[in-house]
Amino acid sequence: MSTNSIMTIENLQAKIGDKEILKGLNLQLEAGKVHAIMGPNGAGKSTLSKTLVGHYDVTVTGGDIFYKGKSIKEMEAEERALEGIFLSFQHPVEIPGVNNAYFLRSALNAKRKHEGKEELNAAEFLRLMRGHLEMLGMKSDMISRSLNEGFSGGEKKRNEILQMLILEPEVIILDEIDSGLDIDALRAVSEGINKMKDGKRSFLVITHYSRILDYIKPDYIHVLKDGRIIKTAGPELVAQLEEHGYDTIEEE
Amino acid sequence: MANEGLDKAVSGEYALGFEIDIETETVPPGLDRGTIEFISKKKDEPQWMLDLRLKALEKWFTMTEPHWAHLEYEPIDYQSISYFSAPKEGLNSLDEVDPKILEAYKKLGISLEEQKQLAGVKVAVDAVVDSVSVKTTYSEELQKHGVIFCSISEAIKEHPELIKKYMFSVVPMADNYFAALNSAVFTDGTFVYIPKGVRCPMELSTYFRINAVNTGQFERTLIVADEGSYVSYNEGCSAPTRDEHQLHAAVVELVIMKDAEIKYSTIQNWFPGDENGKGGIYNFVTKRALCQGDNSKVSWTQVETGSAITWKYPSCILKGDNSVGEFYSVAVTTLAQQADTGTKMIHLGKNTSSTIISKGISAMRGQNTYRGLVKIGANATGARNYSECDSLLIGPNCGAHTFPYLESKDTQGQIEHEATTSKISDEQLFYLRQRGINEEDAVSMIVHGFCKQVFSQLPMEYAVEAKALLELTLEGSVG
Repeated sequence: MSTNSIMTIENLQAKIGDKEILKGLNLQLEAGKVHAIMGPNGAGKSTLSKTLVGHYDVTVTGGDIFYKGKSIKEMEAEERALEGIFLSFQHPVEIPGVNNAYFLRSALNAKRKHEGKEELNAAEFLRLMRGHLEMLGMKSDMISRSLNEGFSGGEKKRNEILQMLILEPEVIILDEIDSGLDIDALRAVSEGINKMKDGKRSFLVITHYSRILDYIKPDYIHVLKDGRIIKTAGPELVAQLEEHGYDTIEEE
Repeated sequence: MANEGLDKAVSGEYALGFEIDIETETVPPGLDRGTIEFISKKKDEPQWMLDLRLKALEKWFTMTEPHWAHLEYEPIDYQSISYFSAPKEGLNSLDEVDPKILEAYKKLGISLEEQKQLAGVKVAVDAVVDSVSVKTTYSEELQKHGVIFCSISEAIKEHPELIKKYMFSVVPMADNYFAALNSAVFTDGTFVYIPKGVRCPMELSTYFRINAVNTGQFERTLIVADEGSYVSYNEGCSAPTRDEHQLHAAVVELVIMKDAEIKYSTIQNWFPGDENGKGGIYNFVTKRALCQGDNSKVSWTQVETGSAITWKYPSCILKGDNSVGEFYSVAVTTLAQQADTGTKMIHLGKNTSSTIISKGISAMRGQNTYRGLVKIGANATGARNYSECDSLLIGPNCGAHTFPYLESKDTQGQIEHEATTSKISDEQLFYLRQRGINEEDAVSMIVHGFCKQVFSQLPMEYAVEAKALLELTLEGSVG
């Protein structure tokens, strides 16, 4: 699988504050595949996603992260984003007064500029955004509302997926995308994610529950425990985890 | 997030600090009766105006500088300031404005040539450099509608009946220390009269430029909106970068008759000084509107980004029944700037209503104070006020303070007050950065969002300018 790897995480060690959380984590994300990370509370799932996008909370103390063959350990968060790494936040933050469409267009144009493409004007962008809104079952007032302000839990998560659809990233990290979603929202969100599958993009689905995996079919299941990946298997592992929990998983 | 990064992101360069290279005639520093007589003579004023000025000066001599505001500054030596400075060239004819001044205004983004106005949008401009108005555009076209738009010096000569009637009628000459000083020494400013039932056909504006060294600017603006009329008026200002502090003490009076409306917008961008508090304008301004007639309305919108010290409380006296007062403010203090600003809403008439939206942004060592008074008189039955004061802090060394005062003689009055203080959170910044937006753009996006309610009150072209200015003030050095 290494030949087709889009991201390679090698012996990654990281801490938040003084607390060591990732303790030599190894993982390869294969282009075009869906990887699910499952694990008990406190295993380091959210820290892993934060580390990959360069969050200020995390200090990397050892190991490395390679994206398309290049180390991104020292890269600024915005650079990683421009290079195609996207995190769907577990708790998207509210930013009052910042128009959702304006924000999204700025983000998209920052990326287009980075790629040497022409920026989209407001009309072109709105056309693009409207198409996605409809697909996600979002109301058109999402164009003019302030970014995440007063959004319900479901609206926030749909808005994350909307951003993903517009920015077209290559590595997509979904941190607890299913938490707080009702069944309709879960369907819409999953549909958005599945639409992004193109055989090249890679997904890292971080989740507590297997529910989302009924909608987004994973190719690999990784079990994260105590800061390391202790097992990697095919989707059949989900049923075993559901039945017996994480305690029965032995490190390979 | 590292604080150096933030400081870098919010210590924007002052872009308008250039000096206009013109010859000026400046009186020596100092203030006494002789100074006033000189100014009055220079302006060829009638005796009655000189008498009023001298009366104001006598009153000022008996007053003391107020120090109740949350501001710290070195004592001002009023005898070391020069009270009059005028460009030598081109004072006699409007066509003879020094090309260097035209050039300077162009650099400030303001065209004084009528035919060269931006596509479609006509804005009439009164251009004031130091102590004199150098040019007023579109006066003739406005005259066809009966609108008077000229410098206050001209109005004193051409429209004495209006000046005698309205000047000092809203802000009495001895209203406060700085107003009294201004009443004695005011050098120029703008006069506007909108006749009954006329909707002013274009935006009016005055652009004030302090240019000379060691000179104070003391302008006076008077706008009278007669019954059923409407005008939107805008003022802007800037000054060269200098090491010394310069004093700006202005007075603005607005009179609004029955069913009339004045929309008054300010973009204040005086030189703010440096990060150690060296240099910058001391901005002590008295602005007040009198809603005299029933159903009259006044709206103050201000974007305050400049000055070392700002002391300013644009106020509304809501005398007419059903009259409406509004105050929308964005005040930014960065570097070592200090602002103590807010409004007074005095409800006297029945069913009067007022709205206060104040947004304070502090960065670096900036100190930002909101000070507001809502007063409801005994006869103001059905009065309503809504106040919202929000503060945004950027970085650990700045400060925000809120002093809302309330006096109500009418127990039926409805008063709502909301106040929040928030920091630009690391989470917000990170969220935007994770979407590929760099830190500097992320800060400005969050700040713009914070100011949205106020910017939406500005006329479109000024809203664009205000946004750009805010960006300049808060961004600058990075990238």
